[in-house]
Amino acid sequence: MNKYRLMLYVMGQTQRSQTAISNLQRICQNELQNQYEMVVIDVLEQPQLAEDQKILATPTLIKELPPPIRRIIGDLSDTGRVLLGLDLRTHDD
Amino acid sequence: MNSRPSGAVQKLATGIPGFEHISFGGLPKGRTTLVSGSAGSAKTVFAMQFLIEGVRASGEGGVFVTFEESPEDIIRNMRGFGWDLQELLDSKKLAFVDATMDAGEEVLEAGHYDLGALVARIEYACRITGAGRVSVDSLGAVFGQFSSPDVVRRELHRMASALKRMGVTAVLTAERTEEYGGLARFGIEEFVADNVIVLRNVLEEEKRRRTIEILKFRGTDHCKGEFPFSVIPGEGIMVIPLAGDKLEQRSSTVRVTSGNEMLDEMCGGGFFRDSIVLASGATGCGKTLLVTMFVNGTSPDERCLLFAFEESREQLFRNASGWGMDFEQMEQEGRLKVVCDYPETMGVEDHLIRMKKVMEEFRPTRVAVDSLSALERVSTGKGFREFVIGITSFIKHQEIVGLFTSTTPTLLGGSSITEEHISTITDSIILLRYVEMFGEMRRGITVLKMRGSMHDKSIREYTIDGDGMHIGAQFRNVAGILAGNPTQLSEREIDRLDDLFREPGEADAPAV
Repeated sequence: MNKYRLMLYVMGQTQRSQTAISNLQRICQNELQNQYEMVVIDVLEQPQLAEDQKILATPTLIKELPPPIRRIIGDLSDTGRVLLGLDLRTHDD
Repeated sequence: MNSRPSGAVQKLATGIPGFEHISFGGLPKGRTTLVSGSAGSAKTVFAMQFLIEGVRASGEGGVFVTFEESPEDIIRNMRGFGWDLQELLDSKKLAFVDATMDAGEEVLEAGHYDLGALVARIEYACRITGAGRVSVDSLGAVFGQFSSPDVVRRELHRMASALKRMGVTAVLTAERTEEYGGLARFGIEEFVADNVIVLRNVLEEEKRRRTIEILKFRGTDHCKGEFPFSVIPGEGIMVIPLAGDKLEQRSSTVRVTSGNEMLDEMCGGGFFRDSIVLASGATGCGKTLLVTMFVNGTSPDERCLLFAFEESREQLFRNASGWGMDFEQMEQEGRLKVVCDYPETMGVEDHLIRMKKVMEEFRPTRVAVDSLSALERVSTGKGFREFVIGITSFIKHQEIVGLFTSTTPTLLGGSSITEEHISTITDSIILLRYVEMFGEMRRGITVLKMRGSMHDKSIREYTIDGDGMHIGAQFRNVAGILAGNPTQLSEREIDRLDDLFREPGEADAPAV
């Protein structure tokens, strides 16, 4: 059922982290209804995960499913580019 | 380790031979040093050698942050220096923070971001390795990964402050596009400007010359200027600290034989131990014979090392046996070691490092180099001068007597560039010169300089035959030999010249 698997890496309880989380939640609710799984990872708490995934920038959103795997960095305030990255829009839209 | 006052700034050894010398102890501890250099200037080697030393010397962990090469590539490349990084990784003495970009993976930017995760990963890696040393290689590569240089600059600044806060000693490398231009691209030198080191890889007279320069160390002292260095397989970077070498040479009064009785006499009783003798002459005038006699003069409790750059071992041994000297025997007894090399096989810096190494292993009491001029061919003027200073100061520290030969470019008289470079450094100079007299080539030898001793000032004739070199009487009726323009003097002229230096009141002064 969970068609989309989204991992959001943030650093600490900062304003930027909060913005990214709420932006992603809004986009998912609007576009993916309930067909998604969203995991928020704090790199301060789980640095090994950040190492494994080679995360440099925070926030980083990784779309693990469906393929292809894609990375989107930033607080996700640019909705158009987030949708592009999630393959929910094409460049022509 | 060094007697220089370096204030409150502690230094951390880098494990790079010679660097401790020019930096008066290493890199400033707890601070960040920018190592800037063009492509291929050995920045990565510097950064890694610094970490390896931490583990080797004190078991201190190290973290290597790589933006450019993958950890796998680095592990493979560093194997050539004899560094087993895999073992250090397994024992958690070393950790990589892999910040390279995956080719093919598309990254979209959608809003504001920072490099907080990078800093978090570095801190984490330091925690698990107990690292006191961090290397970041290289800063410029970060700019390729993100669209906004301003953001990257701000974030690197943040990383630098985080490193400072953590109290680690850090090496940040940065690339530059020109050898003598701006320090680093993207203006990143500003935030790590406490300490700056520049590595250069300059093409000079068609030869590559690597140099290292400490541009600044905030609040602490260091040697100024560029120093040559070499990257040696199995070793890593080696700096050649020329001007840094202390000039506190022992000068011994012990004399050793030159291998020729008459020459010993001309020198006032032989060569001094801990001294450098330069023998200069045109091709074919007997320099190699001089070297051969010098080798043969090795006493039973001495060891002689001969660096031959012009003749093969076989040639040397055959010539020696022609003069009745058994080098084979000496070699078997462990009293002689001959190292033959084409000068062209490596740069003059590498020759120096290799020669030092051989000397350290063999521990000779006499060293001959035949000839310096051959090495001069493969180096730049500056590089050659540094080589001569390096080898000279090394030899003088070891209770060794050294005999260097140099070939003059002209047959008659003249001086070589080699002499120009080194005549002030050597203690004694012996000139071998052709003398044209009455349509015949004869040979003259003179001791031009003998530091700390009286010596024979005359120019003597010598001959070479099957038994070796025979030094005879003084050329009395010839002038201008050294200038390469010998003129015959009549007896009256010689008398007149003698009179020139006679005090008028001298008892035996002849009437004028």
